[in-house]
Amino acid sequence: MTDSGDIRYSRHIALPTIGAQGQQKLEAAVVLVVGLGGLGSTASLYLANSGVGQLLINDFDRVDATNLPRQILFDPDDLGRHKAEAAAAQLKRWNPDIQIIPLPEHLERRALKKTVADCTVVLDCTDNFASRWLINEVCAATHKPLVSGAAIRFEGQLAVFRHEPGQGPCYRCLYAEADENFEDCAGQGILAPVAGTVGCMMATEAIKLIVGLPSKFEGRLWVYDAMTGASRSVKIPRRKDCPVCGPPA
Amino acid sequence: MARRKLRIEYFAILRDRAGVDAEELDTEAGTPAELFAELSERYPFPEPGQLKVAVNDEFSDWQVSLADGDSVVFIPPVAGG
Repeated sequence: MTDSGDIRYSRHIALPTIGAQGQQKLEAAVVLVVGLGGLGSTASLYLANSGVGQLLINDFDRVDATNLPRQILFDPDDLGRHKAEAAAAQLKRWNPDIQIIPLPEHLERRALKKTVADCTVVLDCTDNFASRWLINEVCAATHKPLVSGAAIRFEGQLAVFRHEPGQGPCYRCLYAEADENFEDCAGQGILAPVAGTVGCMMATEAIKLIVGLPSKFEGRLWVYDAMTGASRSVKIPRRKDCPVCGPPA
Repeated sequence: MARRKLRIEYFAILRDRAGVDAEELDTEAGTPAELFAELSERYPFPEPGQLKVAVNDEFSDWQVSLADGDSVVFIPPVAGG
């Protein structure tokens, strides 16, 4: 780490559970953020500023005006730009000392697997179950830790899956056949800072995984209701018949 | 029929619909499925197939037996990002 890095990250290094060693682990880490919406914008901002050495940011979409309240990496000048490219430009301004690699495409299974194989941690910040199932499958197959977050309305959820060989549960144990129509009937609005809350939690959990600190959310779903401030964490049992992490028949 | 006292917590849309965060209920319902059916008579809840249920802070089957003092939480799925 450079002298300027020592100063920049001195408040991390001052934490006994992080220290210079933990900060070096962050510098050596490769993190993939899939989805640069409200969760991914916030999480990647904190990961970049926290000194993650290589940050891969993926989204095939472009910035539109409805994104601006919660997708805090973008400003009105970014309208119409690829989110990954606009985000990379912004993040490089915040932290010019790290590598930020924009991936402005839809990563199909094979490309995703190739990308994930090089990662220390993956953050799932996508907005649909199909993408979430694919990311979980790829992380499970490559034994990469996954931080999964979700937010809608006043609600947030977060879970951490380590994907150690032969271990469960995984995201598919949690949501096997979730009904996507539910969100239509309950409404698609979202309060901007609720996404930020979950995005910050995701960045925190990713940093803990990289540094080697234990997580209370491993194999558990944290659910948060911003209307009441209530939250709890619920254990996710491993499904015996899980097609992703279930034991082979 | 055996009765049991349960603590029920409501998240998100269920809290909206029930109008309370949590309540204690003295009930004959023996499973989360029976409990949800009973609650659906009082509150305009969505179909249970769209929800997950946790008993004592662990996700559970809808047909598991409930015991006196159990805490039950119904949780809507969230995939938004």
